[in-house]
Amino acid sequence: MTDTMTAPAAAPVDGDKGGLYATYAGLSTPIRWMVAAALGILLLTIVQTISGDGVDVLTAPGTSGAMLRFAVPIMLAGLGGLFAERVGVVNIGLEGMMIMGTWFGAWGMVNFDSSLAGVIWGAIGGALGGLLHAVATVSFGVDHIISGVAINLLAPGLTRFLSDQMAIKTKEKLDAGEEPSFPFIWEGGSITQSPRVEGLPKVNLPYLVGGRLPGSDDRTYNLLGEIDDANIFFVSDLAGFLEGLFTQLSLFTIGAFLLVPISMFILWRTRLGLRLRICGERPEAGETLGVNIYLYKYIGVITSGALAGLAGGFLAMELAGIYREGQTLGRGFIGLAALIFGNWRPGGVMLGALLFGYPFVLALRDGTGQGTHALLLVITIVLAAVLVVSIRRENTADAIIAGLLAAVAFVWWILADTAPNWLPNTMPYVTVLLVLVFLSQRLRMPAANGQIYRKGG
Amino acid sequence: MKQPLLRRILLAVGAPVAAVAFAVAVSSLVLLLAGNNPITAFGDMIENASRLETFVDIVNEATPLYISGIAAAIGFRMNLFNIGVEGQYLIAAFFAAVVGSAGFVTDLPGPLHVSVILLVAMSVGAAWAGLAGVLKVTRGINEVISTIMLNFIAVGGVIAALLVRFADDTGATNSGTTPLDESGRMPSLNNIVEIFTREIGKGRELTGVLLIAIVVGIGYHLFINRTRIGFDFRASGYNPMAARAGGVPPKRMILYAMLLSGAIAGLVGMFEVLSDKGQYSQSFVRSIGFNGIAVALIGRNNATGIAVGALLFGFLNQSSGILQITESATPEIVEIMKGIIVLSAVVAYEVVRRIRLRDEARSAAEATERRVDPSLEGSEVPA
Repeated sequence: MTDTMTAPAAAPVDGDKGGLYATYAGLSTPIRWMVAAALGILLLTIVQTISGDGVDVLTAPGTSGAMLRFAVPIMLAGLGGLFAERVGVVNIGLEGMMIMGTWFGAWGMVNFDSSLAGVIWGAIGGALGGLLHAVATVSFGVDHIISGVAINLLAPGLTRFLSDQMAIKTKEKLDAGEEPSFPFIWEGGSITQSPRVEGLPKVNLPYLVGGRLPGSDDRTYNLLGEIDDANIFFVSDLAGFLEGLFTQLSLFTIGAFLLVPISMFILWRTRLGLRLRICGERPEAGETLGVNIYLYKYIGVITSGALAGLAGGFLAMELAGIYREGQTLGRGFIGLAALIFGNWRPGGVMLGALLFGYPFVLALRDGTGQGTHALLLVITIVLAAVLVVSIRRENTADAIIAGLLAAVAFVWWILADTAPNWLPNTMPYVTVLLVLVFLSQRLRMPAANGQIYRKGG
Repeated sequence: MKQPLLRRILLAVGAPVAAVAFAVAVSSLVLLLAGNNPITAFGDMIENASRLETFVDIVNEATPLYISGIAAAIGFRMNLFNIGVEGQYLIAAFFAAVVGSAGFVTDLPGPLHVSVILLVAMSVGAAWAGLAGVLKVTRGINEVISTIMLNFIAVGGVIAALLVRFADDTGATNSGTTPLDESGRMPSLNNIVEIFTREIGKGRELTGVLLIAIVVGIGYHLFINRTRIGFDFRASGYNPMAARAGGVPPKRMILYAMLLSGAIAGLVGMFEVLSDKGQYSQSFVRSIGFNGIAVALIGRNNATGIAVGALLFGFLNQSSGILQITESATPEIVEIMKGIIVLSAVVAYEVVRRIRLRDEARSAAEATERRVDPSLEGSEVPA
């Protein structure tokens, strides 16, 4: 395995550029990503222009900011999956650990009246789920999927029980003058939801979008805003898109994105990381070298739970501003899909999360269905690009599938004026399936992933 | 040396009993923490369950759970994780309700009408699961991810898109398909039960779908244990490489298993479609698919075991109602108990499996030791 990062999302789009592609492939990884992202925004801009005046939801500053926020829970869940699967434990229980995170995050915030406490408690809640998964899979050797499914069943029941205690039982007992068994109260909450919760402070970046410098009350120069107002084709759209990314940026979001390089560093540049990864590749070899495989598997799976818990905490505190039952909507599983899409690498997970988070944004912001309708054209173009690449690579099966799907998307786009209201809600899951259809055969997961390891076996 | 019979029986029965005991212990602890008396709570639960009417409720609740458990178990036998039973039964119930209330079908005589509905349900369930099977076989997509995505697409996409079109009254808050005619319903089994018991009161009706569940259970048992393809299923689940060497094509087996699992999953929603509700509505009962997975795990993918698991879950679901009424405990404890039972059951089975392996290794070692060259003695038997 090489240490170069792969950007699977970019490859199919740009593969048809011939000589240009060779140049592109020679660029360093971060620059390749930026080029790919810029091309993506160019595509969205062109489609938006074709679609007419009514549609600016695809690249509006609000959309890009929301895209970042909606990517965070998926990305954190994906990173959670990464730490588990790199130590060889499949973590289907991410969804349940995320649910724990939503509840504990909200609880920590309300109980300690501090958003930071919410973040920490969210992670602790998820880590508890991770610990349970580790005990079952590592110590008792239970099948990983089975244990994960059980945790997904347990988590909603547990949070519901706890909410009931906080919101109702404690109050009843206090009113009756009795000693409550749980000395915490959720004023204004119910069995299914918490009181309102607040996230971490938000910042605007100075100079780029005119945020304030620390210790000063004056706004700095708003570079991106100026470019956006200049109304130049694509350049202004790009600036508007970037403006959205750096405006009202929560510290939680910044921290979450910092976890990507941090995970990269830990897993591939430290001794700890090497030991974690050997558990997922060749645990027997690790054992002969004196690595305590069980210990590192525990570390990996508990970290995984903590990250999923953070994802849940973010969902409750930053995205929704409230804990609500069932608010995860399968994002834990989409995080797993992002992990697969990202070929079990932190950078890839981030890309996958941005890609899979985008349709969630449209589902929320695109009330008229015009944006989703325009997205059909985007999908058509991307699939057409896949078609071209597949033909060049002489991959008939891929070419046929891409061609057929592109035709369907195109005909749909032509025939309809707006997307029906159910389409935006389904888009995230359809996107995951579509992407995996073309990618899953080119990926490589850790060699010992999902296997049950016994010491001295 | 053969193992003592008592030990073997203890090992077989011990795991599920230990799991339930552990779950009761943990739940009691939680109840104590919440300031409830666990003895009163469990007493209320058991007392409630011993009434005939509650028993009918439990069986009614267990029926779809059982079918769902069998559907999941078919996949598990092959190491396939069909997490998509949930989406499969909902989409199957929807199409079955739509076709069942369509003009040309409504005129059919009773048994034929029901058969058409069942056939549609099974085909749609099989098709939706088969999609995941095709994705796995041709594109290598993990069935766990694809079936979960297909769950969301089924409910949020296909059903949401089509329900508007086939709704009886689109203005209603809980819009649903046109209710089925009398001929499209399964008769209740009350008369049969009342031969042995007193009259079942309070308008309770034992669902006729129970008969379908029994047929499914027997069929599953015979299929897995008595047919050649059932053997191939188990073989490729146990050791795909060996099965392949023995002439069992793994891809075809995966596809068959998904289709079969989906077809059975299609029957899960029938208890409501073929009842006097006779329709698919927005409030159609959910999450039987996920609970079915739990039931299959408790029952160790065994037809009888799944029945026990389904009845246990039915009992727990019914208990949450009585706990609410008597206020002896918080009803949410039931959800926690379900989760703990599943987790402790799978852990207990794993522990028992290991004890068995160790016993086997030991008895094999003892059996061979007598014939073995004395120079090899003292070499360790792997524990």
